Amino acid sequence: MARTEIRIGGLGGQGVILSGIILGKAASIFDGKHATLIQAFGPEARGSACSAQVTIADDPVAYPYVRNPDVLVVMSPDAYKQFVPSLKPGGMLLYEEELVTPTDLPDGVKAYGIPATRIAEELGRRLVLNIVMVGFFAGVTGVVSSEAAEKALLASVPKGTESLNLGAFRRGYEHGRRLVGGD
Amino acid sequence: MTADPKGVLTGVHFLDGDHAACEGALAAGCRFVAGYPITPSTEVVERFAQRIPMVGGLFIQMEDELAASIAIQGAAWGGRKVMTVTSGPGLSLMMEHLGLAAITETPCVFIDVQRGGPSTGLPTLPAQADMMQVKWGSHGDYEIIALCPDSPQECFDLTIRAFNLAEQWRVPVFLMMDEVVGHMTERVVIPAAEDIEITDRRWTDKAPGTYRPFDVGPDGIPDMVKAGQGHRIHVTGLTHDERGWPAMNPRQQDKLVRRLTGKIRDNADVLTDIREENCEDADVIVVSYGITSRVATAAIQQARDQGLKVGHARLVVTWPFPATRIAQLASRCKAMVVPELNLGQMVHEVSRAVAGRVPVRLVDHAGGTVHDPQVILDRILEAAR
Repeated sequence: MARTEIRIGGLGGQGVILSGIILGKAASIFDGKHATLIQAFGPEARGSACSAQVTIADDPVAYPYVRNPDVLVVMSPDAYKQFVPSLKPGGMLLYEEELVTPTDLPDGVKAYGIPATRIAEELGRRLVLNIVMVGFFAGVTGVVSSEAAEKALLASVPKGTESLNLGAFRRGYEHGRRLVGGD
Repeated sequence: MTADPKGVLTGVHFLDGDHAACEGALAAGCRFVAGYPITPSTEVVERFAQRIPMVGGLFIQMEDELAASIAIQGAAWGGRKVMTVTSGPGLSLMMEHLGLAAITETPCVFIDVQRGGPSTGLPTLPAQADMMQVKWGSHGDYEIIALCPDSPQECFDLTIRAFNLAEQWRVPVFLMMDEVVGHMTERVVIPAAEDIEITDRRWTDKAPGTYRPFDVGPDGIPDMVKAGQGHRIHVTGLTHDERGWPAMNPRQQDKLVRRLTGKIRDNADVLTDIREENCEDADVIVVSYGITSRVATAAIQQARDQGLKVGHARLVVTWPFPATRIAQLASRCKAMVVPELNLGQMVHEVSRAVAGRVPVRLVDHAGGTVHDPQVILDRILEAAR
């Protein structure tokens, strides 16, 4: 009865919620699992703390909130500071390595960084940083399959941006696979 | 009859509860919504306003909730299936017109996405504290039907059922959501239009001149016409006779109010919908509804892992209260536990039905988040002793 609890944290405008939607959609529509997404954001449209809670499980999700995530994905220093104390001992941290410097990590946490903003800029749009992180998540954790994640991605991004977003996903995915020693 | 394909977004979606409820309304044939958007229900009307031009129908953003709750009733008598959507502060303003819908037997759906109260309270955070208000908040004796979804899928399914029940019984029907269910995103399967059963309005087959708008047959529910098609109708909040004309005397008051309440009270068993799990040999039965049922499920699982016999009775229909079934369940368990996101509302109905057969223990919560499952588990363990 596998159950993975994920928290994605960042700033409003970084695409935090969309990342959660893509992961949830990938798991629940294309991987045949169950997924529940809960979102939290401040009253501001941009720049405030923002987070998504995603639970992915083989069985239906009863309790919907994520309290102690198995995987914490952070795209801003504030999100790191706010959420790292809640990370499950032995859990996993995925972070934007040029924005976040992990310090005081809880015991046994495995941390994997990626220069997601730089990769997004190389692809031509800084905006796709969140999609690089989604790819990175899939590559490192395998909690969602890359096939499902790509389908969910294509169903979620605006028309005309598909190849840019797919490129961002794949760069993140490959970076993740390399770090965990996959092919 | 089945759904009009124009309103049905057939497919597998990843939707939040607010959006799913909107799709349920469109699938059910709702073509008129008047609202005054309020957190955490805004996404329901936002989506409706965006979708309705493609389907054919109307959304009006009114000046306030009084206006919204009366505009839908005009549209209902004009022949539309109608809905309004709100949260606590708006619901309070709608209480006057809830009574009008009850006495005029206007089929209409109210969605209440519950948030913490009283007053403006907690705009973005959940509660289940409007449960008694929808039943008792308008003056006079009346009945409504209330449904409690615990997932986005049920927001879709139960919104359709709410419309069907409103047409069948000609009462206001409430979909009692909460902030968590409204803003939670999950897989939602929307079937093909031909697989969605829709209850049509009870249109009269009587010719103008012979039709009386509040004449009833054996089932106690009158048939309707569309205003403006030649039938003479009169719709008033005053106590009225079969013609709809004011008849303000004790005899007519007794006849009308007993019929309005009786059509629901006498059919409470027909309307009962309780999802029961492991209740047959349970020592403790948890009675829950809405989002709290999911938190209770987590607690019950832990209790069962410890070897306790714990059952779960989830109320999908909370009004009319399923007193008969709750009494039956109480006759075979040792205790009941009632978690709810308020300081004690539906627990009083449970206690009334249980009538002292077994102890009934409330697990209260003032709202703002859901229960910690551990708190429900502790109460189950106490009750099992």
